[in-house]
Amino acid sequence: MEIKKTSLNKLHQDSQAKFVEFAGYEMPIQYSKGVIEEHKFTRSHAGIFDVSHMGQLFIYGNENLTSDLEKIFPLDLKNLQQNCSKYSFLMNEEAGIYDDLIITKLKDGYLIILNAACKEKDFEILSNILSKKYKMELSNDRALVAIQGPKAVKILNETINEVKNLTFMTGNWFDYNGQKLFVTRSGYTGEDGFEVSILNDLAEEFTKSLIKKGAELIGLGARDTLRLEAGLCLYGHELDLNKTPVEANLKWAISKERLSNGGFVGSDKIINQIKEGAKQIRVGIKPEGRLIAREKTKIFNETELPIGEITSGTFGPSINGPIAMGYVDKEFSKINTKILLEVRGKKHPANICKLPFYKKSYVKGVN
Amino acid sequence: MSEVKFSKEHEWIILDGDVATIGITQHATEMLGDIVFAELPDKGSNVEKDGTAGVVESTKAASDVYTPVSGEVVDINQAIVDDPAKINEDPEGTAWFFKLKMKDISELDSLMNKEEYDKFAKESSS
Repeated sequence: MEIKKTSLNKLHQDSQAKFVEFAGYEMPIQYSKGVIEEHKFTRSHAGIFDVSHMGQLFIYGNENLTSDLEKIFPLDLKNLQQNCSKYSFLMNEEAGIYDDLIITKLKDGYLIILNAACKEKDFEILSNILSKKYKMELSNDRALVAIQGPKAVKILNETINEVKNLTFMTGNWFDYNGQKLFVTRSGYTGEDGFEVSILNDLAEEFTKSLIKKGAELIGLGARDTLRLEAGLCLYGHELDLNKTPVEANLKWAISKERLSNGGFVGSDKIINQIKEGAKQIRVGIKPEGRLIAREKTKIFNETELPIGEITSGTFGPSINGPIAMGYVDKEFSKINTKILLEVRGKKHPANICKLPFYKKSYVKGVN
Repeated sequence: MSEVKFSKEHEWIILDGDVATIGITQHATEMLGDIVFAELPDKGSNVEKDGTAGVVESTKAASDVYTPVSGEVVDINQAIVDDPAKINEDPEGTAWFFKLKMKDISELDSLMNKEEYDKFAKESSS
């Protein structure tokens, strides 16, 4: 299959990007400054991320759609205000995760942001469940551009007037050069920031205007170190069909209102796991010293019995040390529990630690 | 001191008497990106030509470091273990990896000179 390109591909090339294939797309892994500088720039200024490979699914409908989506997602969508967003999951009956997503209530339906590698399958699953009752559009003509970091609000507000009035996890339509943009205040870095859904034809010019105001392009390499420091899950690593939201320690994303009566796909398993407790649970892990423990690294307890596995591990530039996430047996999930990580045939000491590794300094809802 | 030689695994080596100093090339560091971890062989251990003699890790992945010649490890550069970013700053100078007392100096013959290596690196990255 031919590799797909986003509408910002030429801009990436012109900016000396190194490319990788990601979910069938040619995406920038880093630019000339490198992962660490790009990471730090996002934390201190503002980074621009091309996330156009992600799925933007519009589903149009009224109250019936809301009820039908409540049979799928563990959310209280009836009481969700228009223009408000929620983090959620598409699950199977066993509460295994097909995808994690952000859903926003619009005036005439919902916008769901899906992972690039999962979007086609998600569309199929949702189409089947909703049995073609509603108009569904997995957008091909829109780019998705994120701007993240302490300077993001100032820079974006100079380009899109009034965007600063959005509060965290809300979105709205804005005018830009006679076209409509959908902007949400959200992100995947642990920083304040926005994600902008924009027509492909306008994406390059729009992105260049942000660069002119002092933001810089950031690759997927730094996107990964930023999200890991922020303790955020990456589908295919922390989350997959063999993990449930309870095991992933994401109970907070399940609306309390839905736990009493269930009625969503996977609800029996979720309610049962919340009551009984999950066998394994996602935790933060800090190796001692400088050792990096990558995905699939085996985790042992102090008596060298296997207790779990790492799902993501890297060097955290803002922590200035190695960090990881993984799953361990519940009894070893307490903060400060000493564990061992087997790397290249040797067992190295590490500690279970609190997530996130890096705590953002901004205050929720403040401009 | 001998002329600097290069391996296909992107190590450089320079001989002084029978002691060779080995590191990774500028080209290698550019391919790896920011290096955040380095592991070196134990002082006093013996390493075999083309065998692994260490590990470097970037933010993205781990890569083995090979030795282009056989010998006994007589010194290691602790400074790059303590601060791996030094490898990106000066890979072919102060950020050497280890020193070997060579057994067979003729092992150097099969390695590339600067011109050959530059050509090899250019071809292997395109």
